Amino acid sequence: MKIANKNVTATMLVNDALKKAEFFKDYNIFTSLYKDAALKKAAEIDEKIKNGEPVGRLAGVPFAAKDNFLVKDTITTASAHILEPFKAPITSTVVEQLGKEGAIMIGKVNLDAFAHGSSTENSYFGPTLNAFDKTRVAGGSSGGSAVAVALDVVEFATGSDTGGSIRQPASFNGVYGLKPTYGATSRYGVVSMASSLDVNGFFTKTPEDMDLLMSICAHRDEKDLTTLPDFYEETSAKPVKTVGVVKDFDNDAVDPEIRAALKAKCEELKKKGIDIIELDMPTLKYALAVYYIIQPAEVASNLSRYDGIRYGFRSENSTNLDDLYGNTRNEGFMKENKRRIMIGNFVLSSGFYDAYFLKAAKARTLLIEEYKKAFEKCDVILAPVSPNPAFKLGEKVNDPVAMYMEDIMSVSINLAGIPGLAIPAGKTESGLPIGLQVLGPRRSDKTIIKFAEEIK
Amino acid sequence: MEITREDLKHLADLSNFSLPEEEMDSLQNDLDGIVKYISELSELNTDGVEPTYQVFEMDNVWRDDEIKAQDANREELLDLTVEEKENQIKVPKVL
Repeated sequence: MKIANKNVTATMLVNDALKKAEFFKDYNIFTSLYKDAALKKAAEIDEKIKNGEPVGRLAGVPFAAKDNFLVKDTITTASAHILEPFKAPITSTVVEQLGKEGAIMIGKVNLDAFAHGSSTENSYFGPTLNAFDKTRVAGGSSGGSAVAVALDVVEFATGSDTGGSIRQPASFNGVYGLKPTYGATSRYGVVSMASSLDVNGFFTKTPEDMDLLMSICAHRDEKDLTTLPDFYEETSAKPVKTVGVVKDFDNDAVDPEIRAALKAKCEELKKKGIDIIELDMPTLKYALAVYYIIQPAEVASNLSRYDGIRYGFRSENSTNLDDLYGNTRNEGFMKENKRRIMIGNFVLSSGFYDAYFLKAAKARTLLIEEYKKAFEKCDVILAPVSPNPAFKLGEKVNDPVAMYMEDIMSVSINLAGIPGLAIPAGKTESGLPIGLQVLGPRRSDKTIIKFAEEIK
Repeated sequence: MEITREDLKHLADLSNFSLPEEEMDSLQNDLDGIVKYISELSELNTDGVEPTYQVFEMDNVWRDDEIKAQDANREELLDLTVEEKENQIKVPKVL
């Protein structure tokens, strides 16, 4: 990425990004822009460069943050009505880490409200449009992040991935999207969705940029005790000799052009002397059901905090406290938020807990074991990200189960806590990007990033 | 398993949603479809398998009970509420 120096100033980079943000306004990428603050920071960096003072590894690089990352004194919406208006009292650790290295946030970008969705159509502010076809979805939930990078508005963007929310929009827009190992990056100051699954990651144009961002952000954070002790910078990438492909994903439910892209990639790898092996992973077909039990259960719990009392939207039409809760939550949540909260309360309620939540927690153990066994046979796994390329706006938004099917090949790695990197893998005949994901065991983030570099 | 209107009302109650009547049909239909789908999990044999609730392979992390970082102060937090009076958050009557 272009980093500011004596010839390319931070002010030039930021002005360029702001101009592009304006030019692509009709894609509905940004929920807010911070023009003045960004230009002020750029001027400070340029001054430092002029004076020969040290600047960070991302000096003057413009970026966008998914609008579920809190930045002190700016509005954070999570693209949800119920948070309006919420002026963040703190800054998320990831945004702080990036800022310390000189990166400049030019704005916040759109998502499905509370990151519930696979198309960004569940945003209170309307959908973000696909970078390659304006009649199609950006993917989701980090749709704004993916399109901001794909249209070259910014050099990189932050995202969060609970079940595919970085990888699927990355693949729909032809960019790189990393869901790190669970616990690799801090979640302090990011709106919680499902705490045993949520991970923060990035969208970039190259694997090299991803490596740099991970070096900066994959650190233990005292403010988030679910971060792992530092491992990213200390580990070296393992050479990849064997790549596994999941037999259970190679079926008619997956678009033929995506299956062909995977086969073509495997042929390329074989020519480089890499062995391709087939993996039997029979529990994977249950991963989506497991995910749509565990995730809503955690959502129901995490989203119980939105009650209209301490912050955010409060319904005006209530005469007593009970009504205030009920009306605020009814008016403030989007339909998909309501579905997930209610399903979560269903699977956790007495009489259904054992058959749904406990059952899913047991199945999760089986999935983890299945991945462990797979990585005894191969170094990384190469798989499709989603069953189809970007679909039409409106095609699935009123059919929740059809929308959930989008996540069928992405959710299992969140359940297992392993890392996955979406990589561009060509285009369909009609010109839509195709993405594949490289998966590795826990803490293999560097291996999958370096492997993506090798097979570019 | 079928989601009935009674189930829906119970779930709305547990979720603290004052659902208007006109939203109920579509939500009942949606939830019914989702529950049917997740019920497929019953086919999977999980006998004797221990459940997993988190994938963070570390035990409980203890720290000293002292405040190291307090990024937001009382005033900033109170500023976020809709109605405030004498440093308290004001709500409608409880009873």
